[in-house]
Amino acid sequence: MSVESLDIAPRARRPLAARTDVIAMMLGLATLTVCVTLLAQMGLVSVSFVKLLGKTLCLCLAALALDLVWGFTGILSLGHFAFFGIGGYAIGMWLMWDRTEAIVAASLAQSTLPPTPFEIREAIGTQIFGVVGTSEIPWLWAYAGSLPLQLAFAVLVPGLIAGIFGWLAFRSRVAGVYLSILTQAGTLALSLWLFQNDSGLRGNNGLSGLQNIPGLTDVPQSVISIWFLWASAIALALSYLGASWTVSGRFGSVLRGIRDNEARVRFLGYEVEHYKLAVFTGTAMLCGLAGALYYPQAGIVNPAEIAPIASIYLVVWVAIGGRGRLYGAVIGAAVVSLASSWFTGGGAPDIELGFYTIKWTDWWLVLLGLSFVLVTLYAPKGLGGLVDIYTHKRARRREDLGPDQGSLRGEEEQP
Amino acid sequence: MSALLEVSGVTKSFDGFKAIDNLSLSVNEPELRAIIGPNGAGKTTFMDLVTGKTRPDSGTIRYGELSRDLTAMSEAQIARAGIGRKFQKPTVFEDQTVLENLTMALAAPRNPLNVLLRRPDRSARAAAVAEEVGLEKDLNKRAGILSHGQKQWLEIGMLLAQEPRLLLVDEPAAGMTTAERERTTAMLVEAAKTRAVVVIEHDMEFVRRLKCRVTVLHEGRSLAEGSLDHVCADPRVIDVYLGRPEEADA
Ligand SMILES: Nc1ncnc2c1ncn2[C@@H]1O[C@H](COP(=O)(O)OP(=O)(O)OP(=O)(O)O)[C@@H](O)[C@H]1O
Ligand SMILES: [Mg+2]
Repeated sequence: MSVESLDIAPRARRPLAARTDVIAMMLGLATLTVCVTLLAQMGLVSVSFVKLLGKTLCLCLAALALDLVWGFTGILSLGHFAFFGIGGYAIGMWLMWDRTEAIVAASLAQSTLPPTPFEIREAIGTQIFGVVGTSEIPWLWAYAGSLPLQLAFAVLVPGLIAGIFGWLAFRSRVAGVYLSILTQAGTLALSLWLFQNDSGLRGNNGLSGLQNIPGLTDVPQSVISIWFLWASAIALALSYLGASWTVSGRFGSVLRGIRDNEARVRFLGYEVEHYKLAVFTGTAMLCGLAGALYYPQAGIVNPAEIAPIASIYLVVWVAIGGRGRLYGAVIGAAVVSLASSWFTGGGAPDIELGFYTIKWTDWWLVLLGLSFVLVTLYAPKGLGGLVDIYTHKRARRREDLGPDQGSLRGEEEQP
Repeated sequence: MSALLEVSGVTKSFDGFKAIDNLSLSVNEPELRAIIGPNGAGKTTFMDLVTGKTRPDSGTIRYGELSRDLTAMSEAQIARAGIGRKFQKPTVFEDQTVLENLTMALAAPRNPLNVLLRRPDRSARAAAVAEEVGLEKDLNKRAGILSHGQKQWLEIGMLLAQEPRLLLVDEPAAGMTTAERERTTAMLVEAAKTRAVVVIEHDMEFVRRLKCRVTVLHEGRSLAEGSLDHVCADPRVIDVYLGRPEEADA
């Protein structure tokens, strides 16, 4: 038998369009957005529900990014939600600035003398920074009036920070738990800095009113929420395709190799640090994009969003969903964050035990913590592992039959 | 024939204990060389030093026509310069298929951008290597479920796929059956026709079949060098192996 005639059709080499999880994800997202759009037009779902779904898709996108960096490459980052927050701040600055500028211009237009640009700037400064007791416009806001620039910053600033951090950390071979602690410390430092009034980002007030999109004041929120749902779904779909492509083939092999035994990868001639840096930076940028889509739907971004605990939640979602498989991260983030809103939003009925009442608003975190521990101990494949059980059952029916090995499969896989 | 690897005066100590003590050694291209020595002689440490896993306290390790100093290069740079290594304990990526393991090892550009964007189909090359090491039927198996001997094969296959100029092979026959050992011998002898191959081995019978120059390592020093019969006649070598009857009479 010649080498060329060997039947080689492993999972990894199959084109993306033929992979079940990719197809399922695309169909699922399309169905979700179309159905919700129709239901919303019929008035059957509320604006806040549409926004909840849109926000959830953004969280799924962040989880996808974390899965790439942790589940596939083995870098447990406890700071990726900070990049998400930075993306939110970057877009929030433009949203606040542009809307305030419109309001200020309208009110100053009433006066007898037309306002000078200087007066407009000063009025914007007072409007935005009055809450932190200043009217001076911080240097950070230099380009706040430009949507393209702030959009670029939403992605580039996380990329720059991750790039510098990663370059320093990976170059000195900081790995494992030490790296996790470093990312967590960095996140804490960032949130503490943001809490300060003189950070230039309105301290603990954060940026608010972000749901009001400048120039679209006539468009009702019911329509804007649908637009953002679509944008979030498209971003998630494209990122899922990109991520699937990234983790397939030799690049994916190298990433998983780094996760399982990075020294061995080095001896094969791959510069492990470069790969880590690329993934760390790329996923940080993806988180920035997710944040830029999330916060206009949430309406407000403040330093509490960047607090270390948020990044830990992200890890919990991916762990419960099943790390190392992309659909696991998406399922985990969707299920856990929706469950979280349901439990903490008073959706779950309290349980009367006679001597004690379980209030889910208080007990949800305990339940979440417990699930995390149980999944880690007993079901490391997470919710995504359930998919395996199903596909294995099907695969068994397709197994090679008899001594003429591969003939059945060979027939089936003919196009 | 010229020296491909030139180790001179290398010393490496761990917490005051000299694992390698003023060791000098040179390997030609092509050449097959066996390194033998009792447990703890420093054989694996020697490979660690050449591949950049550990750095020597003193001495130089030069490689290739340009006599590049390996002690100043990273592990990945050394590997790309053409030095491949098989570990004492088989280390393959257990979570990945045989094909994926081999594809990762195949000689091809290794910088992230190139690996991400350019994806020519190399499965035929990988399959050819798999056939060389007798794993052609297991291409789509997860490496983790291979037998110990098959993992050794896979790692040897990965080594060959790298197309290195210098192969460092640490105890390739450990845990293999007699038939497997014979095949391994043949493969190493074949590879050494065009490359430099350094084999560490405990088993004297295995070394005898390699029919090559032997370096005896003891307490980090080179005790004797020459043909197997020559070094076995050396009284110091007999001394070192005394109390190990199966080798003392070899
Ligand atoms: N990283 C390290 N830290 C401390 N000591 C080490 C380290 N690596 C090796 N040693 C010591 O150096 C000595 C030589 O070890 P080495 O692994 O090179 O021996 P070897 O000749 O390969 O033995 P074996 O035949 O058992 O594989 C041993 O005493 C070992 O304990
Ligand atoms: Mg050893």
